[in-house]
Amino acid sequence: MKNPVIVCLTVLMVCVFAIGALAQTSSTTDAANEAQAARIAKLEQAVADAKSSGDNAWMLTSSALVLMMTGPGLILFYGGLVRKKNVLSTMMQSFAMMAIVTLLWGLVSYSLAFGSGNSFIGGWHNVFLRGVGAQPDPDYAATIPLQTFMVYQLMFAIITPALISGAFAERMKFSAMAVFMVLWSLVVYAPMAHMVWGKGGLLNASLGGRFPCLDFAGGTVVHVTSGVSALVCALYLRPRIGYPKQSMPPHSVVLSFVGACLLWVGWFGFNAGSALGAGSLATSAFVATHFGAAAATLGWSAAEWWKRGKPSALGAISGAVAGLVAITPAAGFVSPMSSIAIGLAAGVFCFFMVTKVKAMFGYDDSLDAFGVHGAGGTLGALLTGIFASSAVNPIFKDAQGRMLASGVMEGNAHQLINQLAGIAIAWVLAIVGTVVILKVVDVTIGLRVSEEQEMQGLDLSQHGEEGYYWESAA
Amino acid sequence: MTKVEAIIQVSKLEAVKDALHEVGVEGMTVFEARGHGRQKGHTEFYRGREYTVDLIPKVKLEIVVADEMTEKVVGAITTAARTGKIGDGKIFLSHIDEAIRIRNDERGESVL
Repeated sequence: MKNPVIVCLTVLMVCVFAIGALAQTSSTTDAANEAQAARIAKLEQAVADAKSSGDNAWMLTSSALVLMMTGPGLILFYGGLVRKKNVLSTMMQSFAMMAIVTLLWGLVSYSLAFGSGNSFIGGWHNVFLRGVGAQPDPDYAATIPLQTFMVYQLMFAIITPALISGAFAERMKFSAMAVFMVLWSLVVYAPMAHMVWGKGGLLNASLGGRFPCLDFAGGTVVHVTSGVSALVCALYLRPRIGYPKQSMPPHSVVLSFVGACLLWVGWFGFNAGSALGAGSLATSAFVATHFGAAAATLGWSAAEWWKRGKPSALGAISGAVAGLVAITPAAGFVSPMSSIAIGLAAGVFCFFMVTKVKAMFGYDDSLDAFGVHGAGGTLGALLTGIFASSAVNPIFKDAQGRMLASGVMEGNAHQLINQLAGIAIAWVLAIVGTVVILKVVDVTIGLRVSEEQEMQGLDLSQHGEEGYYWESAA
Repeated sequence: MTKVEAIIQVSKLEAVKDALHEVGVEGMTVFEARGHGRQKGHTEFYRGREYTVDLIPKVKLEIVVADEMTEKVVGAITTAARTGKIGDGKIFLSHIDEAIRIRNDERGESVL
């Protein structure tokens, strides 16, 4: 300003007005403070809403990705591995889970898995999805509607029993399969999910369980339970007619190939989604998942190349799945370099389980549900205890909130005991539960189709149709 | 009339077809076939399990020709289909009593 007189006058006037304003009643100041507080509250709400929207978007996407792992991922993967005459029945066994387990989850099994209960199983509080709405449950995920959490977990409950069907492919009655799966969901899956992830669960690492077992996305809950139950099924049902003398090569490795690639993609929802939000933990789980799968592909292929002279396509995709299985419990706890180590180990180990151990014992785990999921899941759960890093995910804290060591590599040797506790409980629950259920279904409706139906193929004998209908050239 | 049945390598079908056209054969029937002679088979591995594939994909041609054409046709096939290795296939000749054209009941060599 050019004229100092005008400046002085202006300052003077401002001062007079200010003094006048201050001289007024103090209620004006209070009103201003209140308005400011309201504005801040509104802003905080807007920030929380934005975070919630971001997290919810990722979790709904992840839910869809995990469903895609069952259909069409696993459906194609398994469908290609069986003989032509059983392609539809094998696909139906997994697809039926998408319908049956969904309704069961809404009626009771969500409540049994995630409702409040005791250390072993949830209660009846959330049957018919009572109380499962838009309001988040901070014990599980504070930023997404509980209903999103519920539907995300449902997708895991669908694929887990579907994985078992690989062990009894080409010989189990459709009706017996359906009843078996309903009982299995209630007797094996719900308690295991509750123990590892549910409120008050015995093995829950993030909510202070008695034996905090690190299982980020379901190494024990999904893969050990399904894989071990698969082995029990294979042993109980006995081999397919003609196994192992008659050759039963996959009818289309092409279908399996497409299925395995879809599984790989879907697994990002499975593992990175298990962060239950769209933050940096999801990124770290995503990266670990991808590196684990890549390393296991190379591990299996290298072992096969060395042993058989050629790296097969089926070997490469089986290796990828084995790696994805093994990295599942570790995904949100380990660094990318650790995930490579886990993947390589899983690829070689599962190759050995599928090619050597199965032949040694002679069980007909038709599509290697045990060799890949049971073996890979067990190995992964153990290695999680070794490689878990508090820098990646500070899950253990002392009373003062200070970060504690996670895995054996960081000096927490005790974690291996907790991992073993989780693995042992999963094995025992799977074996006992599956044997009992198989016995019950065997006595009441019978497990296997007749010899004639098995020779004819399950597509025709169980469903009255064929996957590849023969038509004369029109 | 003579029926020439030739079982050949799948990869030689195009060459044999061309050779047959050159000697004047106008019609033929081709089948996708599987079988083996002295070639035996090969092994395939699926997740460590070994499967012997002893029925190998082949192509079978059936051609019926006038008797005087027979040697020319046989020569065309053997020249075109030969690699000199086991698995080149075989030719079988047999006598044909009659040929009938479905469209108009025509009979004899003119049908061919």
